[in-house]
Amino acid sequence: MAECHPVAFRWVMEAKNRGATIIHVDPRFTRTSAVADLHVPIRPGSDIAFLGGIVRYILENDRWFRDYVVHYTNAATLIDERFRDTEDLEGFFSGFDARRNKYEWESWSYEGVQGVVPAAGHKEVYGEKGAGRHDLRAANVTERETDPTLQHPRCVFQLLKKHYARYTPELVEEVCGVPRALFLEVAETLCRNSGRERTGAFCYAVGWTQHTVGVQYIRTAAIVQLLLGNMGRPGGGIMALRGHASIQGSTDIPTLFDLLPGYLPMPHGVLPDRGLDQYVSNNASATGWWSEFRKYIVSLCKAWFGAAATAENDWLFDTLPRLTGNHSHMTTVAEMADGKVKGYFVMGENPTVGSMHGALHREGLRKLDWLVVRDFALTETAEFWRVAPEIDRGEVRTEDIATEVFFFPAAAHTEKDGSFTNTQRMLQWHHRAIEPPGDCRSELHFAYHLGKRLKALHAGSSEPRDRAIQALTWDYGEHGPTAEPDAERVLREVNGYTVADGEPVPGFAKLSDDGSTACGCWIYSGCYAGGVNQAARRKPQGEQHWVAPEWGWAWPMNRRILYNRASADPEGRPWSERKRYVWWDEAQHRWTGYDVPDFIVDRPPSYRPERGATGLASLGGDDPFLMQADGKGWIFAPAGILDGPFPTHYEPEESVIENPLYPQQCNPARMEWHRRENPYHRAYGDPRFPYVLTTYRLTEHHTAGGMSRWLSWLSELQPEMFCEVSPELAALKGLRNGGWATVTTARGEIECRVLVTRRMRPLRVRGRAVHTIGLPYHWSYVGRVRGDPANELIPFVADPNVSIQESKALTGDIRPGRHSFGRRSVTDGEALQEPRPTGEEAPRDLPGLHARFRHPPVEPRK
Amino acid sequence: MANLPVLGEWPVLRQIAARDASGLDGTAESARTRALRPRTASADRVARSVCPYCAVGCGQLVYVKGERIVDIEGDPDSPVSQGCLCPKGAATFQLVTGTHREQHVLHRRPGGTRWEVLPLEQAMQMVAERVKRTRDETWQERVEEEGAEHQGDLVRRTLGIAHLGGATLDNEENYLLKKLYTALGIVQVENQARI
Repeated sequence: MAECHPVAFRWVMEAKNRGATIIHVDPRFTRTSAVADLHVPIRPGSDIAFLGGIVRYILENDRWFRDYVVHYTNAATLIDERFRDTEDLEGFFSGFDARRNKYEWESWSYEGVQGVVPAAGHKEVYGEKGAGRHDLRAANVTERETDPTLQHPRCVFQLLKKHYARYTPELVEEVCGVPRALFLEVAETLCRNSGRERTGAFCYAVGWTQHTVGVQYIRTAAIVQLLLGNMGRPGGGIMALRGHASIQGSTDIPTLFDLLPGYLPMPHGVLPDRGLDQYVSNNASATGWWSEFRKYIVSLCKAWFGAAATAENDWLFDTLPRLTGNHSHMTTVAEMADGKVKGYFVMGENPTVGSMHGALHREGLRKLDWLVVRDFALTETAEFWRVAPEIDRGEVRTEDIATEVFFFPAAAHTEKDGSFTNTQRMLQWHHRAIEPPGDCRSELHFAYHLGKRLKALHAGSSEPRDRAIQALTWDYGEHGPTAEPDAERVLREVNGYTVADGEPVPGFAKLSDDGSTACGCWIYSGCYAGGVNQAARRKPQGEQHWVAPEWGWAWPMNRRILYNRASADPEGRPWSERKRYVWWDEAQHRWTGYDVPDFIVDRPPSYRPERGATGLASLGGDDPFLMQADGKGWIFAPAGILDGPFPTHYEPEESVIENPLYPQQCNPARMEWHRRENPYHRAYGDPRFPYVLTTYRLTEHHTAGGMSRWLSWLSELQPEMFCEVSPELAALKGLRNGGWATVTTARGEIECRVLVTRRMRPLRVRGRAVHTIGLPYHWSYVGRVRGDPANELIPFVADPNVSIQESKALTGDIRPGRHSFGRRSVTDGEALQEPRPTGEEAPRDLPGLHARFRHPPVEPRK
Repeated sequence: MANLPVLGEWPVLRQIAARDASGLDGTAESARTRALRPRTASADRVARSVCPYCAVGCGQLVYVKGERIVDIEGDPDSPVSQGCLCPKGAATFQLVTGTHREQHVLHRRPGGTRWEVLPLEQAMQMVAERVKRTRDETWQERVEEEGAEHQGDLVRRTLGIAHLGGATLDNEENYLLKKLYTALGIVQVENQARI
């Protein structure tokens, strides 16, 4: 955090100055470790075992926050009797479908409640193809069975205890390489700093997400925080430290395949031809806040299609494209390499450097008809046709690449108006300072004018498929010498307005499903309330209270801490004076506090829904997690997560050890790409690749380098690609500090300088030393400073929930010296794979290595 | 003669007069030093902005003089950053004013070995025409693939065009892109959040 989010880390130091204990868990010793109270070196890929150990510690030592857990989480809820845990099924949960490598959720349900809708994650439990409208899902959530004493063997609390019973300090030591005493100090420190008077927070970044079990890492932290009562409270929470200026915004208003703005799922092919009603019933919840779903999709259609969207034509919902499966980045690039994708837009991203397996990306680009790149300078992605290892080696000739490439120079943030959403969901407006130089233009300009031209090209068409582009509302004004559209008019549409008079709505509570309102992204509704650009508010910090609600605007409704109803006890009183944040004011009969209460503002703490209540009436006064169907924090996830209701330790796709906990080595629901250019190593113990590789960023560079490798100021500070190794590994392999090394996987090889440092430490895991090689990933073949890209080494393999690559834990080899003749990649020329070792293959799945069908055992093993 | 310094400005005399034997105090300051002003002081205007690198969202002040950016500093009013910028944020001035920035639209023909400059308007029209052509050629009204899980399903899309990028863009830009692509039936839209 000190290295990659230095200014945010100032607040960690501020907390430390006020007495907070800082714990840094990281395979490397970094600038964060240097100022932390505790540094815990951990084997990459083992965090669920570590966090699971903390869960067990909390439960076994009775350190959980009873009032919080009983009232605010689903710990008391009974789970269907068909549910089987990974403890029963050798590393599988019940419901695994070996034909599709996917779980069915039915056996994970709350007892007697099918199809409960999750607040986030995967909502899709698709109805039957061609079926008509059916009832909203899980209307009987308020009638679920609970045991507030937490004793029932099928209540979540008891299932949790059983699930983590084997995650002992001894096991943590064996799996993670963290000595027992150090682990216990971490667990005790967390517990000691939680409760009524104190709170603890987790911060993480892609070190947690880039794994085949990335989502479950975060889930384990969520369980710890719910048990300790650290959610929705000041100083608590789980903070994702995101790495791009508006990566949060591009998730909320998604340039993502599976979502429409505001986390509404993209329509799916199972819908009938006239599909709005079933789309709503598939995705809306009968209870909790997602019961409002229909208002948001109808308002979105009104924003997009204007007067053409009517009740008679279902607001033109059926003109939207539909998914039939995964169309994420890796899937798209693999299809590109197969020649299925013809045209590709790349804007402000440099995937041949920043994403896994650059060689496979370049192969995909070579198969395109046309490519459009928008950036500040000619990145590797723009130059793939003339600067690449396979071209240096003569395996691919520039003249043979038929891809037509357009490069458009981009305007900088100082040359355009617009908002970024920061990592805490806060929108901040940046104002245009000057006009962009030359032909540089904003993406707003590009999208708007491209859309205008495409509307003109399709204007005369009578094809039904052109209906949506014809009806699309596209009026954002044009001003200045470049005919720039007005970003504030876009923000106004995002905020939403009443159709009759065009006045901005004050927030999403005023949206309706009768076509009288339009709204481009319901969770952002309120950002233009009162006709004022709320994101541009800049009341100095010194002129307002510590929450600073008048600086920028945070979704939803300017709430700075989500689910902050949980900062008060079930009766609505602050848990303690010290941690006062939001509370119930009986005299005024409303919630109040320092922040905007994240709750129905006049619902008293004593309110209890009648059995069978639906809609917002189903939320009790003590249900702080109001996006969930049951208003509770989910320790057990009955839906929404594709690889298990509880996080379970699996080894990475490529590991140095056998899974010590389960016969199932890896996440059985992970996504793999079996193709010639994407060979995997053995599951563990591959003699060719005996070391752990992990990638990371440096303070002085930014991601794939597009905003740093061209700047002399930054490049001077970090001029060259290097790897970090421990003195022990250096001695073992004959590596010299400052000398060259070649790092190899089956996907490619890179050369770099060697930094021998005690910041890297061999760990004792299962009785032997595990060495980790650290690789920054910023460099590549063009730019002012050049070096080999670490991502050439990473395979295509992904977390099933979010399709994210696994680049924080894989295996590889290192040898001293530069590579022999040019760089090699696996897509062209001679194969990189050394002869496969003889002997029995280590299983990754049951049965056998790389099994396409991963069978859980038929009979539970005793 | 006119260029000779006035005797009273001779540093040694100033030091003696001010009893500043080490010469580290105000006597070391020349008239020129005293007259120096930060270039932010003479800026025509200041635009309030946000750092474009990571997601912390540090405040920036962009100083403009003569329609050129002359400096970018941290914004002391920001409750996020209190005027601080990290090494990357502090390099924003070079990011936006540096010579590395390409200012022309470039085009590489199929099989070509070099870039050629294209007028912006022509390039925009060429891209629009390619989108239309590819979309028309790859349009999928229903899944027709024999034996496919979703055979016969209405999908109304093209899998022939894809997009990548968005985490470095503004919300308003992502909104227009997603809106346009979706209306065209382009579903393979992705960004850095997938990394």
